[in-house]
Amino acid sequence: MKRKINDMKLRLPAVSINEAVARSVISAFIAELNPTVEELGDLRCAVSEAVTNCIVHAYPNRQSDEPAYIYISARLYDTREVSVEISDNGCGIENVALARTPAFTTGESDERCGMGFLVMESFTDSLTVKSRPGKGTTVLMRKILKP
Amino acid sequence: MQKDVTFSENEKTLIAYIKCDIDHHTARRMREKIDSELFLKKPQLLIIDFSDVGFMDSSGLGLILGRVERATALRASVRVVGLSPTLMKLVRLAGIERVPNLSVSK
Repeated sequence: MKRKINDMKLRLPAVSINEAVARSVISAFIAELNPTVEELGDLRCAVSEAVTNCIVHAYPNRQSDEPAYIYISARLYDTREVSVEISDNGCGIENVALARTPAFTTGESDERCGMGFLVMESFTDSLTVKSRPGKGTTVLMRKILKP
Repeated sequence: MQKDVTFSENEKTLIAYIKCDIDHHTARRMREKIDSELFLKKPQLLIIDFSDVGFMDSSGLGLILGRVERATALRASVRVVGLSPTLMKLVRLAGIERVPNLSVSK
């Protein structure tokens, strides 16, 4: 039976400066497990991709006075498992399987290369994506750190 | 404010030294700077030096691929140097070292 040793919730406005903020918070949060440089780099990169997706894709028609947020919740377990859930209340993804296809992107104009989900999947141990069009998207990533 | 990209040139080579983390937020300014330098100097080779990059996500891949596209249009090629093991892992994952007109090294 795994036991939770720490947890956090964070709400950030969906603006690009918060990509770096989210990465920094995750680094600090998992520090007590003494991750390797590679593990820390993997998780920072995966979180950066998920948060960037919320900023680039989730709120395309938002007026500047409407709030648009990214919700991050993370947990640490005594089994050295880290779980990070990143969600938004945005437009959702019509076809999640298509969105997860490497090199698929709807963000060509911004030089997006369609690698976000591939990075999240490859740099963690599991990735679950749930989305409802018009309601939002939730990405859940789990990574088990080496003993 | 910290410089995000600096340049040097010799002969027909333009070198761009990237000096900060690369994400979607920082990539836009960097690509504008590199592109304007590229159009101004019209080198045969653009070297992008990642030695001082501590973090990069897939926005960095977009930054590289976008510059290859611009350089190719100007009949130039691109070399990416100074990739740390962490950055190399991302580059390998995306397989961009197989892109024409681009060479990648540590």
